[in-house]
Parts: sequence; C-alpha cells; structure tokens
Amino acid sequence: MNGDAQRVFEMQIWQKLLIAAVLATVVVVAGTLVYFNYFAKRRLLISTTTSLYDTGLLDELETDYEATHNVDINIISAGTGIAIQHAENGDADVILVHAPSVEKTFLEEGYGVNRKIIAYNFFTIVGPSDDPAEIEGKTAKDALKTIFAYGESLADQSGQTKIWVSRGDKSGTHTKEQSLWKAAGYNYTLVSAEPWYADAGSGMGDTLNIADQKSAYTLSDIGTYLKFSKDGTISLVAHISQEESLLNVYSAMAVNRTVPANQTLHEQINYADAVDFIKYLVSDETQQFIENYGKTTYGQSLFYPAVQPLKDDAPQPVVGWIKTAAFFEGSECPPQYRSDYPELYS
Amino acid sequence: MVDILGGIIKALQMILSGDPVLYGILYRSLFFSGIAVILATLWGTPIAMLLGLKDFRGKTLVKTFFNSLIGVPTVVLGLVLFLIFSKGGPLGSLGLLYTPGAIILGEAILVTPILVSIATTAIEAVDPEIMNLSKTLGASESQASLAVLKEAVNGVLLSNIASFNRAIAELGVALLVGGNIAGLTDVLTTAISRYTARGDLDLAIALGIMLMVFVFGINMIVIAARKAKFLLTLGRSPQ
Repeated sequence: MNGDAQRVFEMQIWQKLLIAAVLATVVVVAGTLVYFNYFAKRRLLISTTTSLYDTGLLDELETDYEATHNVDINIISAGTGIAIQHAENGDADVILVHAPSVEKTFLEEGYGVNRKIIAYNFFTIVGPSDDPAEIEGKTAKDALKTIFAYGESLADQSGQTKIWVSRGDKSGTHTKEQSLWKAAGYNYTLVSAEPWYADAGSGMGDTLNIADQKSAYTLSDIGTYLKFSKDGTISLVAHISQEESLLNVYSAMAVNRTVPANQTLHEQINYADAVDFIKYLVSDETQQFIENYGKTTYGQSLFYPAVQPLKDDAPQPVVGWIKTAAFFEGSECPPQYRSDYPELYS
Repeated sequence: MVDILGGIIKALQMILSGDPVLYGILYRSLFFSGIAVILATLWGTPIAMLLGLKDFRGKTLVKTFFNSLIGVPTVVLGLVLFLIFSKGGPLGSLGLLYTPGAIILGEAILVTPILVSIATTAIEAVDPEIMNLSKTLGASESQASLAVLKEAVNGVLLSNIASFNRAIAELGVALLVGGNIAGLTDVLTTAISRYTARGDLDLAIALGIMLMVFVFGINMIVIAARKAKFLLTLGRSPQ
C-alpha cells in the first residue's frame, strides 16, 4: 500500500463517522419538520399567563376544543411578559394575557390583532393569617401604605426579613402590583429596593409558596390563590375584598403574521386557527363553562365571563370598571387593530 | 403545611398504577435523552479519535475548550438556542422552537463536551503499542484506529452514560427550547417544575422519584460494571 492510499484510508474512519453524524442530525431536523408539516394535526401554539394554566382551566378548554377540531393545541405557560415576547418573535399563534396597559402598546405596535376580552376576576392581597401589618378590610391602596409602614418599622432592615414578595417577572400580576404601588403614592423603583421587599422572579404558584414560607404578603390572582389554599399547599389568607383597583381582566389576541417593524411575514403563524380559537373562547358555551369552572371545588367561580355583560352593557358596576381599565378608545379592540373576521365584534 | 409523607405515598400509588401522564413524560425523557446521546456519540467519537490519536497544532487548546464547556450552565445554552431557533432568530425559518427536535439537538450539543472529554481520555489511555502492533501486523492506519477504539470501548461507553445522565437531568435547555408543552415537549425535569408551580405536588414527587431512580440506577450499573471489570483484571494479572 503506498503512502497516498494510506492517507486516504487514514482520513476515512472519522470522516465516515462525521458524515454519519451530519446525516443523523439532518434526519432529526427533517423528521421534526416533516412530522409537524404533514403528519401532525394543525398546531396552535398558545402562550398564556400562568393563572389560566395553573388553575387547570386551559387544560379543560384544550381537551374540549381538540375533541371537535383537527387541531393540536400546545400551551406554553410563562406569564404575560413572555407571551408578548413570543408574539413579537412570531413564536406563538395566540396569546392570553391580563395587562391592559401592555396590551395597548402591543396593539399599537402592530404585533397583535383581534383582541377580545374573555374573562375577569379580582386580584387580592394575601398574607399570613395573623395579619401582622393589620391590612384586613382595608382598601388595596391603604393596605399597601400599611404594609410599607410596617416594613419600615421592622427592627431587622438587613434584608433577611421579607414581608412583601413580588412576582418580579413582568407578568400581568407584576404590572398590576406596580400600578397599585404607584396609586398608593410610592415610586415603584424605590419600593422594590426596600430591604423587606422580595423579588421572586417566578410564576404565581412559586411566588405564593415563597410568601407562605416567609410569612409575607403578596398580590395574587384569586384563581391561583384559591387552588393553592384549597389544596393546603399554603396557609396564606386573603385580606382584601373585591374592589375596582383590583380588577383583573383577561383577554385573547391573535398574533399578527406581518412583523410591523420590517414588514416581513411569519408564514408559520396559524392565524386562521388562532381566530377560530378566540371565537371559541367568546362563544356562549365556553363562557358558561368558564363561569362554572371550579365552582364545585372552590365554592366560587375562579373566573367570571366578560363577553355577555359587555355586550349587554349590563348595569353592574364591574362592567364600567372593565371599560375603564381595559377598553382602548372606547372599545375592547379599536377598528384599526381588527383584521378580517368582523363577526368577532358583531 | 405540605404533607410530604402523604405526597410520597400518593406518588408511589401513581407510579404503581401506571398513570399514563407520568409514563408519557418518562418515555419522552428517555427518548429525547437517548437520541441526543446517539447524535452526540456520532459526532463526538470522531472528534475524540482525532484528539486522542493524532497530533496537531492547537490540540491542547481544543481539548481545553471541550473540557471547560463541560460545565456550561444549561440555561445559558438554552437561552442561546432559544435565540437561534426563535422565529426572529437565524434558524427561525426551520420552525424548530418548541418541538421535540429542538430539545434533542439542544441536549446533544449540551452533552458533546462531556462525551468528547471522557472518550478522548479513554482513547489516550490505550497503550500506544496497540496502534504500532496492529500496523506491524499489516493493519492500515484506519484499521489500527479501530483497534484502539475497540480497546477504549469501555471508556466510550462510560462517556455515553455520563452524557445520558447529564441530558436526562438537565432543565434549562428542555424548558427554554421545548417550552414544557404538556404531552409534547415536557420531560421529567420540566414537568417537575410545572407541577410544583401548579401546586400538584403529588405528581411532582412521583416524577422526582422516577428521575432519581433512573439516574441512580444508571450510576449503579456503571459502578457495578467497573467493579466487575476490576475483579476481572485482578484475576487475569500475573501473580
């Protein structure tokens, strides 16, 4: 065997292996693509606020929807902040969120269309049952002032003792917390730097667990709180009753296929099914289902349907509150942010 | 207060009753990690052979590179891959984000450094005489390399097992590029984090037990195999 031939052989063994590796990688990638494009049912990616998911409501809706549609619903539950990020990147088809101020910017920037308000409930401030700061029965504004004063009066200002736990994750609940501190007359940036203020940077469930362990107060959506409380996971008590400033409005939006910044098209976004799912959410049957969800287990609705009261312009004060909190230019979705499907707003 | 004992009992009941959700998650964990290790072995072994058998400039640098990548935090790799696979990112048009394929590729990349490092050490540990001897006996360079690889097969196997353990126990990559979608991309670690966040602690405990059983089980097999081999060599060695 001459030298050249030997060199050729010498290269071959690891070259062959490398070629096999490249082929295998291609097979994995191609397999995934082929499966999702040709064999799987149509895929609808929903990026949602944690409360709709952690309470189990979305699981039930998913099962129900999939039973009658040739669609595979994939749910990513990480909070409103990430949901909006997903929509901007084109990584989700529908987003379910609860932060009207963020939603407004989002619609204006053109990343989302066809917003529908689907449900509402109330936030509550939960804390240890002995209520050391004495917020029981106060309004949210006064409760925060009391908690702030209590925090300042603590002997331990080393940062070891925490009496307030924040989601700290740009979620809808976090956004609400910031606006509540502001309404109570504080600069949020300064409040969040207080030694008694803890930033959990996680979902509602984790935040409730942390607040429970630290015997601290936190702002929670009622649904997640009731579930954790009922299961005995936490011993925190809700101290504040329903009021306008604690209103929590959930809405759905379809992700715009066209990226407004550079007019590129996200072809993979499943817009048709996204709108169909939003229609499903606002249908009478689903709204009824939302109202009844958790009633037997928790003794009260976790979420209240919003579609019919808004349509009827019902006289309850909460309808006015929703309009104040979550309507833009007098509408849940001003005409310039609607796209096709006018029946959504009839 | 969390009822730990009650949770463990309920978890064991779920495991024994063959809860389909639990076993679906276990299956996905094993499947994704398994394919990832196969991929990593396919592209990692040739690299290890190059590093172990050939001399070239910058070899130490390459080895150091792989060695230091062993400890890369999984969330950082997850974040990098998320940015790459996101539809706004360079490979976004493939639509891989939040699919099993993304997790498999991500975990394969994650375990490549550990696989290459262990396999390289194993190949280097083979007596160089074997290479020379095979060549003297008329083997080509390629056949001689294979002979060395055969001698190092235990080390290569160990690198696979270590890689599998790393892949099945990691959270960051699966969470960030898989999205923890129930029934599609949730694996043991991400599902534990989900069920803890949702307050379904029984399920989380059950998954935790399953993960521990697998990781411990695999490690015990490795230790047992090493012991057996050690005894074998003792028996063979001349007194």
